[in-house]
Amino acid sequence: MYDQATAAVEAALAAGARYADARVMHIRTESMAARNGVVETLDRNERAGVGVRALIGSSWGFFAVPDLGSAASRRAGEQAVIVARASATIPGQPLDLAPQPPASGSWSSECREDPWAVPLAEKSELLEGVTRTIRDHGADIAEASHRVWDTRKWLVSSEGSRVDQHIIECGAAMNATAVGELETQRRSYPGIRGQFGTRGWELVRELDLPGNAARIAEEARALLLAPECPSLDSTDLVLGSEQMALQIHESVGHAVELDRILGWEAAFAGTSWLDLAQMGSLRFGSDLMNISADATLPGALGSFGFDDEGTPAHPVDIVRQGTWVGVLSGRDSAALVGIPSGGAVRADGFDRMPMVRMTNVGLLPGQDSLESMIAATDDGILMDTNRSWSIDDKRLNFQFGCEIGWQIKGGKLGQLLRNPTYTGISPRFWGSMDMLGGPAEWTFWGTPNCGKGQPMQVGHTGHPAVPARFRGIRVGVRG
Amino acid sequence: MTGTAAHSILAESDPGEPMTTAERALRMAHTRAAGAEVEVTVRHGTEALTRFARSFIHQNVAQETNSISVRLALDGRSAAARLDGRPDDEALARLIDGALEAARVRPLDPDWPGIAPPAEAPDVDHWDEPTALASPDDRARLVGDFVAAGDGLETAGACATAGLSIAFANSAGQRLTGRMTSASLDGICRAPGSDGSGREAGVSLGSIDGRAIGERAAMKARSAMDPTELGPGRYEVLLEPQCVANMLHFLFVYGFNGLVAEEGRSFVRLGETQFDPAITLRDDVTERQTVGVAFDAEGTPKVPLDVIHAGVTSAILHTRRTAAKAGTQSTGHATADAWEPGAVPANIVIEPGDRSPERLIEGVGRGLLVTDFWYTRILDPRTQVVTGLTRNGVWLIEDGRIVRPVSNLRFTQSFSAALAPGAVRGVGSERPLIYGGGDGAALVPALHLAAWNFTGGARG
Repeated sequence: MYDQATAAVEAALAAGARYADARVMHIRTESMAARNGVVETLDRNERAGVGVRALIGSSWGFFAVPDLGSAASRRAGEQAVIVARASATIPGQPLDLAPQPPASGSWSSECREDPWAVPLAEKSELLEGVTRTIRDHGADIAEASHRVWDTRKWLVSSEGSRVDQHIIECGAAMNATAVGELETQRRSYPGIRGQFGTRGWELVRELDLPGNAARIAEEARALLLAPECPSLDSTDLVLGSEQMALQIHESVGHAVELDRILGWEAAFAGTSWLDLAQMGSLRFGSDLMNISADATLPGALGSFGFDDEGTPAHPVDIVRQGTWVGVLSGRDSAALVGIPSGGAVRADGFDRMPMVRMTNVGLLPGQDSLESMIAATDDGILMDTNRSWSIDDKRLNFQFGCEIGWQIKGGKLGQLLRNPTYTGISPRFWGSMDMLGGPAEWTFWGTPNCGKGQPMQVGHTGHPAVPARFRGIRVGVRG
Repeated sequence: MTGTAAHSILAESDPGEPMTTAERALRMAHTRAAGAEVEVTVRHGTEALTRFARSFIHQNVAQETNSISVRLALDGRSAAARLDGRPDDEALARLIDGALEAARVRPLDPDWPGIAPPAEAPDVDHWDEPTALASPDDRARLVGDFVAAGDGLETAGACATAGLSIAFANSAGQRLTGRMTSASLDGICRAPGSDGSGREAGVSLGSIDGRAIGERAAMKARSAMDPTELGPGRYEVLLEPQCVANMLHFLFVYGFNGLVAEEGRSFVRLGETQFDPAITLRDDVTERQTVGVAFDAEGTPKVPLDVIHAGVTSAILHTRRTAAKAGTQSTGHATADAWEPGAVPANIVIEPGDRSPERLIEGVGRGLLVTDFWYTRILDPRTQVVTGLTRNGVWLIEDGRIVRPVSNLRFTQSFSAALAPGAVRGVGSERPLIYGGGDGAALVPALHLAAWNFTGGARG
């Protein structure tokens, strides 16, 4: 496949590009979904083609063809230059890509059990079985699914990079819905989106869906009868690690994307409340807050060997002891602010232009535990498992809902609470964090559905997270 | 418009008529499994998008599209597969063999509804040849017009074009072809402390006026400068069409969707007056201003469907699967996305009212004019309680006059309650086409609603 990518790059250079890169990508996917004891969908898809990026002056052009022939690759290279020339009619400031030595090499994710080798009958038996169990234990609707992504890609750049990667991603999800007279309640496992990683089928086995099916059904049913989360202007809030992953993703991960900070996403995804002039001094949170973006974490969903510009994966500090110190970046955005590329540029297929995406943006663990947080809380609420998420276009004001909550009274878990929500302003919220779970609770949550860009791209991101406690939080916002 | 470059792309890469490819796939499937029920959808064309920010073009993409989707069933055991790539014999064989292998080993699906019988689709052709052939220069010119209209304000947005030919064929003899173009320009102008938006969409790029859209966005941005905070509370609202289209997404996915109705999760009750009499809504691909083709992913024709008539709920949308469970017929609302839960409309049309934008404002006692909604998420599907924020311009209206801009607000509001009987005080006479991503497009007017629950300012 290197030949096709090389042909595309050479064609772009011949047409006048001063820089070009090409990605040949071949992606196979499998998804199966069961509902109420019956597998309803089983899809196996394949995407193959080449996407070429060409630079004319400071202006990019991108063209993709769903074809792996050499003629098609050359055509893609030529067309990328035509598109770039059109971009150059409305140019931005002069741009030189952040320096990056030409990369070469191969990288594969770890996969102990090949998901393609697991018989479909076994997979369907698993999903049908857990949805039957969920129904048998009181849920009105039971859903379960698994997904597999098998991505091979070959990158060639006009600066001499030649990189190929093979990444297998895998995971599963299930949920129980109880339908009441006036509302519905849902419990998901392991999280609202399931759990995914750059791993093989062993991840699905470790999740132990059968061992959790009855519990989530019973919890969904119990939630219908639980009192509503109280409306309080200020209380202590303990969040489980799954909800913390969402909190990190939405209020930190997107806020530190350099393309957003530079205004490149202003009309669609939005911008960021962060001002580059304050990087290195701005207080993002309490001293306990340490966030890194690390694409080298084995098995995490945002891991890879090289990003889609050929920058080797490496950890980047984002927040250190509460101070904002870093961003997610690629070679063009980094060059504009005079920093090295953060190696965070990816595309979700051959037909999409690489852009700044989260890698594994996660919270480093502290020294407490969920148990010790509850014990240390006299009057508060524990919430877990994301249910809804809404945040403003600057990533500052958020309102998140969880599937389940519990009162905490006198250091002990009390009453189950339904429809728990909380709201806050990002730096105030993170600044109130005073307890953080330890290494034993550190979980690499995977988000397989991060939407960004136009045309829309669906990114796979990882979020190492632990439970945490926040003080003085508004909860129970009503409609 | 010129189109030389794009035209040459189409000519060089054309893998043959989509129906020819679909028929080839059907024959191949029949050879391998004569008794299988098989449906094939082929999509072929080009899609392009020119994106600008900080008043320059920063991302500019184009692609050739060639996909073949196959869904088949062997004695009630179904599986699907899709190929995005060159449909040569080897690739097609791999596609079909993979689907057959999956179908053979999967459990019986007792709710498999079978494939669509032959039926004619409405005669629509939402196609504009120059748009199908639009070049990067064509899109850049429109972007340039928008940027120039900003008159010094920073601008951002995107101009998109697409031209697709689609063929559907199944082993029951259903054969349908369609083609569609779409074009849009959607952008913002950015003044200190405020943004303003403008957008147009339709079948034809040539009908989009970049300068007019840019001037509208600039006017909004400038008039939204120096906003003041407004306390939380219930206010009348005048929602511009983007907000209304956003509301419809939730009403349909969690309400009029046959899947959620069958499972008892929907608020929808057929025959009841659940909405204000001012609301009449249908799904109608034959509407001249809309986009799309006249059949769904299962090959069911999209016949115009009244969903709300003068406030009375009159229909629930179905795929073949949800229709079979409900003992009715599919309404032609299956999507190609296996993860899309149930039936989704692609061509929503709300009957316009008699109020010009000026008259709508004059009708508001004390309320807010809202340009766009942002990041809306459902809190409770059954009660349709949704939280989200305002964006791109909010103004306080008092006694029928805009008095000042206000800062963005967060709301937590039941969308169905906001449209309940007595809640709609005015319906706009203008009705732009609003794209809704995977949901298709909606032709919707502005609405003046009696009450909206704002729960706080965006800055806390």
